[in-house]
Amino acid sequence: MGKYLAMIRMRFLMMLAYRTDYYTGILIYSINIGAYYFLWNAIYGDKSSIEGLSSMQMTTYVAVAWMARAFYFNNIDREIANEIKDGKVAIEMIRPYNYLGMKTMQGLGEGIFRFFFFSIPGMLLVAFIFPIELPHEPATWGIFGISLLFSFIINTQINLLTGITTFFLYNNAGLIRAKRVIIDLFSGLLLPISFYPIWAQEVMKYLPFQGISYVPSMIFTNGYSSGDIGMALLQQLIWVIILIIPIQLLWIVAKKQLIIQGG
Amino acid sequence: MFYVSMFFQYVSQYMKTRLQYRADFFMEILSDLLNQVVNLVFILVVFGHTQFLSGWSREEIIFIYGFFLIPFALFSSFFNIWDFNDRYIVKGEMDRILTRPIHSLFQVILERIELESLFGVVTGLIIIFYSGASLNLELAWYDPILFVIFAVGGALAYAAIFVAIASIGFWSDAKTSIMPMMYNIGNYGRYPVDIYNKVIRFVLTWVLPFAFVGVYPASYFLRKEEWYAYAFATPVIGLVFFTVSVFIWNQGVKRYRGAGN
Repeated sequence: MGKYLAMIRMRFLMMLAYRTDYYTGILIYSINIGAYYFLWNAIYGDKSSIEGLSSMQMTTYVAVAWMARAFYFNNIDREIANEIKDGKVAIEMIRPYNYLGMKTMQGLGEGIFRFFFFSIPGMLLVAFIFPIELPHEPATWGIFGISLLFSFIINTQINLLTGITTFFLYNNAGLIRAKRVIIDLFSGLLLPISFYPIWAQEVMKYLPFQGISYVPSMIFTNGYSSGDIGMALLQQLIWVIILIIPIQLLWIVAKKQLIIQGG
Repeated sequence: MFYVSMFFQYVSQYMKTRLQYRADFFMEILSDLLNQVVNLVFILVVFGHTQFLSGWSREEIIFIYGFFLIPFALFSSFFNIWDFNDRYIVKGEMDRILTRPIHSLFQVILERIELESLFGVVTGLIIIFYSGASLNLELAWYDPILFVIFAVGGALAYAAIFVAIASIGFWSDAKTSIMPMMYNIGNYGRYPVDIYNKVIRFVLTWVLPFAFVGVYPASYFLRKEEWYAYAFATPVIGLVFFTVSVFIWNQGVKRYRGAGN
């Protein structure tokens, strides 16, 4: 356990050393939130609510979805791909830890850093500029926290899966990019899932993506009724468990057919 | 003439190297395409809930997006200079550029072309023809000519902003993380400017003229007469801003002292 905690700490400190990059990150996210804010305002026009969300809730949704992304987002798929390509993975695999576990912990270290230095100040900044309604009840914050943790795990699991495919595809830069676009769309970052046509919602029910952005953002904006919150969290938990299976399977196969070129 | 032949030399070299790794080449086009599909899906879903966006219909918004893709594709194929500071100034590569017999900006552009982005022109045209047909837009004989002029004007306006920002690297060594920020601001130009407040509208028109890449020129073809003045200003804005940015670049090059050994 100690070595994994050390991994989190190492990555956190590494990020801290390059923190100036994150100030511009906050600005970029705020610019995006601004674009969607104006867009949604125009879409709402004089409608008071769409699909149960008021325009104020929508602004909050957009803001929290982007700032939460700063927490759960990481590039470990690309890191794994690079380590496989330049052969470093061979060294990593003889080290006394679980490679995938270690990558997850690095992702977590990065996430914790961004949570404190990106998401929180970003949220404060955005709350100053745009009309946003923060949850009043402490319980909502607590549930949001749990949901956010699940969303980190699901996103990381999908990243691990994408990363492992490098063992089979050798060059998966395109796949990584495609995965990112798909997650932005299907996770509810760009559009709340409830805005999609019914048939699309039905399909997305069977995909893990809405656990990444839609669920925590809806909790934060009070968009769920109390019964739905439990269901949504349960759904996230189920996906966390289900996704372990393909990761482990692929990992076993990948280890067997690993070819190191040089290194 | 020399510049033209240099251009084609570089293009043919580029095609050779890219087609060596075909799978990667097509993946790149495919992921661009996916990005465009996502943006379209966004527009379609949004219009499932509203008829008009500040008075613009769904097909009109799609048309603007389609138009935006064309100057944007031209820009991203030929002005791939977002990492100019890291790649050329910090590493001292600019020294090599300055020994070349063509203008330094042109040389940098040639080295960094990324022609697969040109595929965006095809997607843009398909979108425009599809939405134009459902809007029953009429074409005058001179419209194709204006179309090319507006598209090039928009691309120049886009390029001007990025050339000017790349030139900052000559003055300050600070990491220019402004570049990615500009890409995000550029997205504002994809939607009608009347949805933004006055300040943003002013900035998008006169400071960072991203509105001239999408909504202004497109409004001419959509026959929105209240925007005609802006639409016809597109090539002028493009030329003026681009000239200024090249001037800033030249001033920067004079100040350049080289880095490394």
